[in-house]
Amino acid sequence: MPQPPKIQQILDDLAFFTDRAERVQALIDLSEGYRAFQSHRPLPEDHRVPGCESEVFAWTFADDGKARLEFVVDNPQGISAMALAVILKQGLDGEPLAVLRQVDEGLVYEVFGSGLSMGKSGGLTNMIRMVKAQATGL
Amino acid sequence: MTVGEKYDVLVDTEWVAQHLNDPNVRIVESNEDPLLYSSGHIPGAVEIDWTHDLNDAVVRDYVSREAFEKLCQVKGISNDTLVVFYGDRNNWWACYAFWVFQLFGHTNAAIMDGGRLKWTKDGRELTREVPKYPASRYSAPERDDVTERAFRDEVLAHVKAGGKTVDVRSPQEFTGERMHMPDYPNEGALRGGHIPGAVSVPWARAVNPEDGTFLPVDQLKAIYEGEKGLSPNDDVVAYCRIGERSSHTWFVLKYILGFPKVRNYDGSWTEWGNSVGLPIEKP
Repeated sequence: MPQPPKIQQILDDLAFFTDRAERVQALIDLSEGYRAFQSHRPLPEDHRVPGCESEVFAWTFADDGKARLEFVVDNPQGISAMALAVILKQGLDGEPLAVLRQVDEGLVYEVFGSGLSMGKSGGLTNMIRMVKAQATGL
Repeated sequence: MTVGEKYDVLVDTEWVAQHLNDPNVRIVESNEDPLLYSSGHIPGAVEIDWTHDLNDAVVRDYVSREAFEKLCQVKGISNDTLVVFYGDRNNWWACYAFWVFQLFGHTNAAIMDGGRLKWTKDGRELTREVPKYPASRYSAPERDDVTERAFRDEVLAHVKAGGKTVDVRSPQEFTGERMHMPDYPNEGALRGGHIPGAVSVPWARAVNPEDGTFLPVDQLKAIYEGEKGLSPNDDVVAYCRIGERSSHTWFVLKYILGFPKVRNYDGSWTEWGNSVGLPIEKP
C-alpha cells in the first residue's frame, strides 16, 4: 500500500542504503533529529503508546486542519522509536489529517525490515496506530 | 553479589571495564533494538544480531555449525576466547545469544550483570567506533540440540511424565487471556493458555528493574524454589512465546541457582499454541 508522499520520499531515500550497516547509520542519523515535545510532567498516561518499551508518548494536533505530531521518547536507548518519531513528524507535519489516516502500518517493516522482534515491531506499530487514532478523534 | 555454583558466568560492569583490552576476552552486544549498538556501545564490543547472525534465514532454526564458525571467525572469537555478552532489555537478548553459544559448546562465556542499563547508569563510556579484529580460527562441534534445548515432542513426553515446566510469559498470556504480551497485537497463536502443569514465573521477576541486574540468590530461590516449588533436582523446561524470554530464565535457573538440568523450549507458545491436538491448560 502506498504511503503518503513525504513518507514515501523518506523511504525512497533510505532505499539507497543497501548495506545493512549504512542503513542502520542512516536511521540513527534520522533519530538524532528527534526533539522531545515539551509536555508537563508526569507525562499524561492517555498519550502513552501502549506496548512500547521505549516509553513513547504521542500527541496529534490539528493546526488549521493540518497535522502536527509531537512525541516524547522517555528512554535514551529508544533509538528506533526516535527514528520512527522523526519519520512520522517529517512525513506528516503540515499534511491534511486525512493523509495521516492513510499511513499504512507496514511502514514499520518498510523502515526496519524483518530484523525486528515481534515485540519491538508491535511497540513501534502502536506508535502509528496511536497517532492515527488521535487524528480520527480530531 | 553472591551467585551460584557456576559463578564465573556472571561478571559485573567493573570487571568488564577492567578487561576492555584483554585479548582473551571478546565483549559482545546483543540487543532487541537493531539501532542501539551502532548508536553507542562498550569500547571494543562487537555486535551479534539475534536474527541475522543466530537464526537461519529460511528454516525456523538456529544457524548451522558452519555458519556459527564463520560468525565467530568474523567477530574475532577463537575457541578459547571468553565471550562476555550484554545488551538491552535487562540482558534478555544477551542471554538468548549466550544460550545459542552453548548449543555449540562455547562454555567459555559470561553475561555482564545489568547489561546496557547498568553500564550506562554507571556513567561508563560508550563509543560508536566499530572495532576490527583479525579473523580468528574457530572450530565448532555439531550443534547440540539435546542438552540445553527441548523440542515439542520432548516437551510433550516431559509433561506426560510429570516434569516441571516454567512459563515465563506475562500472567495474561499464561491464563490465555492474551496470545501476546499486554498491549501487543493479540495474535501469534490460535489458542491461549499454557502447557499443562506449568508454573508461571514472568522472566522479569528475576531482575532488579532499577539497574537490570539479577536479583540476589536468596531472592531468586525464594521465587523459584520457595514460591513455585522448583528444586535443583528437577528436570526443568522453560518456555515463552518464541524462546527468547525463556533463555533468560534458563540462565537464572542453570547458572545462578545451579539447577543442573534445564532446557529451553524455543518452539514455545507459537508452536505449542498452534499445534493440532496438543494439550493446553487454562485456569
